[in-house]
Amino acid sequence: MIVRISSTDVLVIGGGLAGERCAIEAAAAGHDVLILSLVPPRRSHSCAAQGGMQAALGNCVKAEGDSPDVHYLDTVRGSDWGADQEVARIFAEEAPIAVRELAHFGVPWTRVKGGPNSYFIRGERVEINEALENDGLIMHRDFGGTAKWRACYAGAGTGHSALYAVDSEVVRLGVTVRDRAEAVELIHENGRCYGAVSRCLRTGQHSAILAKATVIATGGHGRIYGQYTTNATINEGMGAAIALNTGVVPLGNMEAVQFHPTALSPSGILVTEGCRGDGGFLLDKELNRFMVEAEPEKQELASRDVVSRHMARRMRDGHGVETEHGPHLWLDIRHLGEEHLKTKLREVWDICQDFVGLNPATDLIPVRPTQHYSMGGVRVNKEGEAYNLAGLVAVGEASCWDMHGFNRLGGNSLAETIVSGRLIGRHIAKTIRTGGVDIDTRVANEAVKNAEERAARLLAAEGPGPGAYEIRDAMAEVMISRVGIFRTGEELALAVNELKELLAKCDKIVLRSKVPGMNPELTFALRIKNMVRLSLITAMGAFARTESRGAHFRSDHPLRDDAKWLNRTLIRWPESSDAPGISYEPVGVLDVPPGHRGYGRDERIEMEQSIEDYNQGVEQAQSEQGKLPTEGQQ
Amino acid sequence: MSGNNANRRLKFEIFRYNPQDPDSTPHMQNFEIDELPYMSLFMALNEIREKHDPSLQFDFACRSAICGSCGMMVNGKPSLGCRTQTSDLPELIRLHPLPVFKLVGDLSVDTGIWFREMAEKSEAWIHAKEAFDPAAQEDRMDDETAQKIYDSDRCIECGCCVASCGVANVSGEFAGPAGLNRMARFSMDPRDTRDDADWFELISNEHGVFGCIGMMACHDICPKELPLLEVYAYLRRKALTTALK
Repeated sequence: MIVRISSTDVLVIGGGLAGERCAIEAAAAGHDVLILSLVPPRRSHSCAAQGGMQAALGNCVKAEGDSPDVHYLDTVRGSDWGADQEVARIFAEEAPIAVRELAHFGVPWTRVKGGPNSYFIRGERVEINEALENDGLIMHRDFGGTAKWRACYAGAGTGHSALYAVDSEVVRLGVTVRDRAEAVELIHENGRCYGAVSRCLRTGQHSAILAKATVIATGGHGRIYGQYTTNATINEGMGAAIALNTGVVPLGNMEAVQFHPTALSPSGILVTEGCRGDGGFLLDKELNRFMVEAEPEKQELASRDVVSRHMARRMRDGHGVETEHGPHLWLDIRHLGEEHLKTKLREVWDICQDFVGLNPATDLIPVRPTQHYSMGGVRVNKEGEAYNLAGLVAVGEASCWDMHGFNRLGGNSLAETIVSGRLIGRHIAKTIRTGGVDIDTRVANEAVKNAEERAARLLAAEGPGPGAYEIRDAMAEVMISRVGIFRTGEELALAVNELKELLAKCDKIVLRSKVPGMNPELTFALRIKNMVRLSLITAMGAFARTESRGAHFRSDHPLRDDAKWLNRTLIRWPESSDAPGISYEPVGVLDVPPGHRGYGRDERIEMEQSIEDYNQGVEQAQSEQGKLPTEGQQ
Repeated sequence: MSGNNANRRLKFEIFRYNPQDPDSTPHMQNFEIDELPYMSLFMALNEIREKHDPSLQFDFACRSAICGSCGMMVNGKPSLGCRTQTSDLPELIRLHPLPVFKLVGDLSVDTGIWFREMAEKSEAWIHAKEAFDPAAQEDRMDDETAQKIYDSDRCIECGCCVASCGVANVSGEFAGPAGLNRMARFSMDPRDTRDDADWFELISNEHGVFGCIGMMACHDICPKELPLLEVYAYLRRKALTTALK
């Protein structure tokens, strides 16, 4: 057998914003960088981010007094104290720089118009005079869970413009991109990662790519919820899965799953939070603005977990509009006016016309909460290094860095991609220069052989076995019905059992198509077992966590419990074991003591330990979980 | 939109060819499925693949008309599959891959490499005055300029315009509508330091804006409704004023 092997300094798996921003940093420092991407990079799911990117520039009147400190506080509150506060702090301080750098790369940010401006705030039209001296600076819009207007935006195509600008830098720097390629296995031995096995999605052929640093930047895994997600079809979580498959790298907080309040019903296509940020309302079937009573202070702009729960309750209580696809509520942006909708919310205008055939200037938009973001992912230290596996790095949604804790704020993930990509890319550039890596081709050959055999076994299987798509549909139904917005121990126990059964079925899959080349059925069948594994550990994490925090809501344990659960779930799946292992680590050093978020329920079980005692135990507990020492500790 | 229509039986004729399979020859294959309310080609093609022929290749990612993956010829017209509703089509739906781009298999074509080459040839990035200064406030830009750039920046590189273009279909060197739009996007950006002479070099030839023979199918079929007519007028004007200087 001839194994194709190539090598590079830095292998970046995933061509979205986080991966590409990281690649730029390493390439600009003179390193050889290779990006693997399922699709041409500009088609990555970063392009679908609409409403904005959070950075405390404080440029408009409603952003006056904003600062990284305020942004940091909002982020910690948003996370329901699940975030690593040190990481949230670094993030908030770096976000303004990273956003301004995007202006340098060419993002056409919407700008402040000095003089009189007309906005919709808390249900009323308000005239505000923007300072003439701020004319032409980057503008902000309001978003959920923030004390100030902070989201920087380019119409409602912020992700698109950011991705195109960053990819244009990738082209400028001549970084090699191998698109239609999937990393199917990490090459690793004795606690060190040496690269990955890539499967070409044009030919189906496998090859090894050896690297001094391997970066997982594959985004989220919303497709474990099947069609009940806003995510693209490519968000199947294979980056997180191949890290889990090493047996040594833990995934963090997989039970922390965000549901976005306003996805189109029934297609699940995202409609930006910017609609509510710009003054849009949520209405029930009687056309009541129920969020005013539910959250008098923040109204429609409480955090996503809180708004989604209010919406789900509203529908459960019979105030949803019933359809054959289940109930939905209404998003009302008619009062913003056609001109605003066609400029500042242009993409929403297009989506409404294209996918539900309605005019948002005159019609209500049918929406319901839908899976949107994976707070959980590959657990890394603040420098992006995976626990337990030197040479492996993760950035963006695929990672659990962990600035989002149990609920991320809108616009914070788009900012995270470029902030973490920039910082972690720089860290990689700096550290691989000094450290040589002893790369063993035997390990690579074995990994390629494993991957090839997996594909060959699937192609060879005959008989009446289950199909990959039928397993996907069953998985999705378990996830949406039992691991959704409201969870109970009983339902989660059922989910765990059902997912275990589905996992066993994955080994019996029989393909109906044996065609050579990329073979779409084979390509999906190779992923489905990984997806079921991610689903299973999500359900297990949710079952074990007997409290409610952020997006993880247990109807049978409705309070946040800082006495028992001020921690992060870590799940590893040792090789050749059929049972993953759960452990926990402290969330990180606490700077902001746990308290009320300012929205949602103000009732919780208080910490018993003192903050000082808690903080003292953090470093050792995290090291025991495999956290690699960061700079200054080495 | 006529989303809730009669229960039609849809007939698909789909181009099939798998270059990786020595036994495969280009041909049309027929499928029939029941139409559902609000059925898009994204739903229809997945149903065909999952229920009828799992070897069928096509590309979708965002399924919300923003990623540009799913350009295909729908009854002869380049379209995004995800935003095409079957209710807007006759019962017989004929699907081909986009021309111009290299075929990957069936309805799947290689747009990524084409657009990367175009970006390299036209140096489609900001040619900045100086290096980024992390300590500085952002340079100012008036919102009208930002809006104008954004209007052009909205291109999702789906390739529908390229497929619809008579010139791009016969000349591999022509920048194509999306390429010309990208040049216009950077030339109107005050952050890009390229001067009139640089742009003249790039746009004022038969591979640039003067290669366009004005059929304007691109303008009519662009799924993002980019104002391509205005883009070409802008580029021609720029070329002429530079030549007349």
